[in-house]
Amino acid sequence: MTPKHRPGLSRRAWLTTTSGVIAAGLLKTQADAVKLVAQEAPSSADDPTRVPGRLVSELGSRAPAERPRRLMRNQALSSSSRTPLQDLHGTITPADLHFERHHGGVPNIVAENHELLIHGMVDRPLVFSMADLKRFPQTSRICFVECSGNGGGAYNRERMPTEITPQALDGLLSTSEWTGVMLSTVLREVGVQGGASWLLAEGSDSAVMSRSVPLEKGMDDAMLVYAQNGEAIRPEQGYPLRLLLPGWEGNTQVKWLRRLEVTDRPTMTRDETSRYTDPLQDGTARQFSFVMDAKSVITFPSFPYTLPEAGWWEIKGLAWTGRGRITRVEVSTDSGDSWQDAELQEPVLSKSTVRFRHLWDWDGDKTVILSRATDETGYVQPTVQQLWEARGERTTYHQNHQRAWKIDADGAVTFGLGDLV
Amino acid sequence: MRRATTWAAVAVLLAACSPADGPPQATNGVDSEAGDFSAELAANAPASFGFGAYATNARIAMWDIDVKPDGEGLPVGSGSVSEGKRVYEMYCIACHGPTGTEGPNDRLAATDEWEQWPVARGVGNYWPYATTLYDYVRKAMPQNAPGSLSDDQNYAVIAYVLNLNGLLAGDGVLDASSLPAIRMPARDRFVADDRVGGPEIR
Repeated sequence: MTPKHRPGLSRRAWLTTTSGVIAAGLLKTQADAVKLVAQEAPSSADDPTRVPGRLVSELGSRAPAERPRRLMRNQALSSSSRTPLQDLHGTITPADLHFERHHGGVPNIVAENHELLIHGMVDRPLVFSMADLKRFPQTSRICFVECSGNGGGAYNRERMPTEITPQALDGLLSTSEWTGVMLSTVLREVGVQGGASWLLAEGSDSAVMSRSVPLEKGMDDAMLVYAQNGEAIRPEQGYPLRLLLPGWEGNTQVKWLRRLEVTDRPTMTRDETSRYTDPLQDGTARQFSFVMDAKSVITFPSFPYTLPEAGWWEIKGLAWTGRGRITRVEVSTDSGDSWQDAELQEPVLSKSTVRFRHLWDWDGDKTVILSRATDETGYVQPTVQQLWEARGERTTYHQNHQRAWKIDADGAVTFGLGDLV
Repeated sequence: MRRATTWAAVAVLLAACSPADGPPQATNGVDSEAGDFSAELAANAPASFGFGAYATNARIAMWDIDVKPDGEGLPVGSGSVSEGKRVYEMYCIACHGPTGTEGPNDRLAATDEWEQWPVARGVGNYWPYATTLYDYVRKAMPQNAPGSLSDDQNYAVIAYVLNLNGLLAGDGVLDASSLPAIRMPARDRFVADDRVGGPEIR
């Protein structure tokens, strides 16, 4: 037996029961063990009703046993860390667990000195302080941010992983309530001139991260945001100001934003030409592939969990699309032979993650479980074969194909896409 | 000018909304209906709030450091391949290797055919615009002291990188007029995103 994650049973309790009661042949399953352990009366030293509790504090902290952590790629200036999807519930990502993708490290910015310059094809070029921006009418919106390179680890036919967590595979995805001002409100202030069609957004980091964005998006649902989940944006997410482009690839949503230039053409920056473009099999490369298409991922059961026994389990996961709302998530528990509709947890918000659930009575046999999402345009999350056929195998971004988890007869869960291709 | 027109058309295409009839079509992520989310200003909002300070030309010039594909934004100055080799060996070689191929960071020199991709994705076979080199090097390089090279040093080191890719002769010199004139091999490889939602997988 290789103990891995065993929900509902602490390691100490498990060892106690295996060495003691189970050895005596009285218990057949872990569920029985849980019931028996629960009947043991706690000693008074461990009984929280017998000792005064901790007093109030200025700043809360997680329970000591709860230690969710981002997974870091490396310590380079251009690097990333990933959200622990398999450890989280609901849809909102705690701000300190929001994924990171920096191209020149996290800059140290003093908010009271930070300014946003808007110029170019405008009637009134203006510089805004953070106080100016916070004085504009405020808007909040819950939406996801996803790196367009998310999930690339499951695209290579020869290197399909098995022992990989949802975090390691798809953790460049986080969801927050973002607060700020609509970009359209601020652009109205500078007076965009006729003939303008693009924006150049630049960050105040050591890479001066730069992306060209169609003006239409800027006038639609783009925001200048300064808060995340009710507090100031974390430095890793762009403190004190970032561009938010709901549903679009993360790197376009420039962090530490200091400049917007209104133009009539894209600037063709490094990160929209030599990076974040998608080579296709016909010898061309797709450019300005902004929208994140519909995707879903099962976060439980997933590696490294083990299902300790057959019976009722709830398959849980996240689905999202940059094209509006998710309308349907289907789950298969028989390697894709048949599909059932999963329940979607309300509210289903546009360009946000939605939590899906499917109650499953596992018979204890080896199988592969999958999920697939459908969005309001009628787009269905493709298989990896469909993506290979449409794009070839050279792309390194926008790999939103169906994910699979293999459940072995002993309950061990591994990434299972390789078993299907 | 032809190129500018093309990309303006792309912006319009990206913004295309639902047709007159039928179910909502892909809008490339642009939310055509307010639905759960309203961006409308309050009815009593003024035509202008008057927030922010006027940005003078001098203020704009401090941060307006980008370079456009037609060369707009390139500074006065010049640099040669031979000067660039010295700059490269001083500031770049540790991360990009003696010939721009060895790493440990991004590969700069690559002339492989695309059919061999992803064997290499460098300046010579994947960067569509030479001006992007200036925009990027001026902003982000060298990584441990970004923005620290002079305008002439930037021209020179870009000249050397282009030389490593076989795109500039050993006696070549770059300035604001010659850099945008360099025709990059990958120039016509890039196409607009044709994913539009709906049932077709692209």
